[in-house]
Amino acid sequence: MNYGQIWIDGLWRQNTGLVVLLGLCPLLAVSNTVVNAVGLGLATTLTLLASNLAVSLARHWLRPEIRIPAYVLIIASVVTAIQLLMQAWFHDLYRVLGIFIPLIVTNCAIIGRAEAFASRNRPLPAAIDGLATGLGFLLALVALGALRELAGRGTLFSQARLLFGEAGEALQLTVVPGHPGFLLALLPPGAFIGLGLLIAGRNWLNARRSAVQAIRVNAPSPERAA
Amino acid sequence: MNGRRHSLLRSAASLGLVALAGTTLLAGVHRLTADRIAEQERRAMLSQLSEIVPTERYDNDLRDDRFTFRDEQHFPGGQTVTAYRARLDGRPVAVILRFAAPDGYNGPIGLLAGIDADGRLAGVRVTAHRETPGLGDGIEIEKSDWIRGFERKSLNSPPPAGWQVKRDGGEFDQFTGATITPRAIVEAVQRALQYYESHREALFATPRAATERPAK
Repeated sequence: MNYGQIWIDGLWRQNTGLVVLLGLCPLLAVSNTVVNAVGLGLATTLTLLASNLAVSLARHWLRPEIRIPAYVLIIASVVTAIQLLMQAWFHDLYRVLGIFIPLIVTNCAIIGRAEAFASRNRPLPAAIDGLATGLGFLLALVALGALRELAGRGTLFSQARLLFGEAGEALQLTVVPGHPGFLLALLPPGAFIGLGLLIAGRNWLNARRSAVQAIRVNAPSPERAA
Repeated sequence: MNGRRHSLLRSAASLGLVALAGTTLLAGVHRLTADRIAEQERRAMLSQLSEIVPTERYDNDLRDDRFTFRDEQHFPGGQTVTAYRARLDGRPVAVILRFAAPDGYNGPIGLLAGIDADGRLAGVRVTAHRETPGLGDGIEIEKSDWIRGFERKSLNSPPPAGWQVKRDGGEFDQFTGATITPRAIVEAVQRALQYYESHREALFATPRAATERPAK
């Protein structure tokens, strides 16, 4: 198993948020600020890591006919454990993310990775796949969160103290002072429009890269021509 | 037949084992975190309450000196109100009511209102709301100082006609594009003050954590 491949798939080629389009509900709902996005992204990454590892460890004695309920049980246990830990150590952030933490259970990306990858691979690659997929989701969340926060309020990392305590105050950036507020970006339609823009941007990057590659392959290099 | 039953049993057993492992994990994490979560919740509540009535003004445990009641006339919408009493040397200092304005633009708006023993508002805070971001969310202390406009106000200052938003001829500002939200809060706070005036003695005399409404 090629670990580099797993990373590229998780972060870019099969990015959950921008390519596979799984887990859109939390992606759209919690991406109104960067801090919310980071909080939910980290919780999702942790869930993916733990559930992939557990599914991979149990893959030999989980019979095919009960594997789906078993995955659901594993994922639900992991999410509940993370919820309790957050409640104990990141209480303020927990109050902000609220309902979306238990809803990680229903993020199809997690059961998708359990079924498509973890149940067929050894624990180490499975754990790395969980990490890579989770970080890919985190990246998409943060990109969308930054886009919406910047357009909607002209700030970045507002309320960062929820994540980093007092040190977070310094992180808070007012990029556009006196921003009048652009409501559309903060409301749900802004999430859809922003996601559309991000997907378009990613596709454009991809198309440009393959065009460049095609030119390199087709055009004979000067040395060879000479 | 026997083989099928055997494989059925094996499936059931392994599913049961997964459930058992999950339960064990959760029981462990719960034991590990229960005390800390309870502590965090108390801390969060105290910091909320002390924004309204500073801790140096009283010497009892505000969080435990509380009771709940219902009163459809002053707190409509079938809600349960919690009253926290602040006392110094056993004398009433203030009462903090946790209630909701039922008629916000997007559903109820959770409120905390502190009323000093002399009937003046110590302060009001919004604890939960779903008002429109950018329009109605100026009620949050983080977004604007609007909610501080209630401080030191009482039932007769401004006079009853002033207990309205400016658009309705009263003294309280509304937000551009959002009148319903401030109107709901102004009316809810006024009703809370009216309740305080008619139930002042009972509010401080009701034993803690009793569920009945205070006697008239």
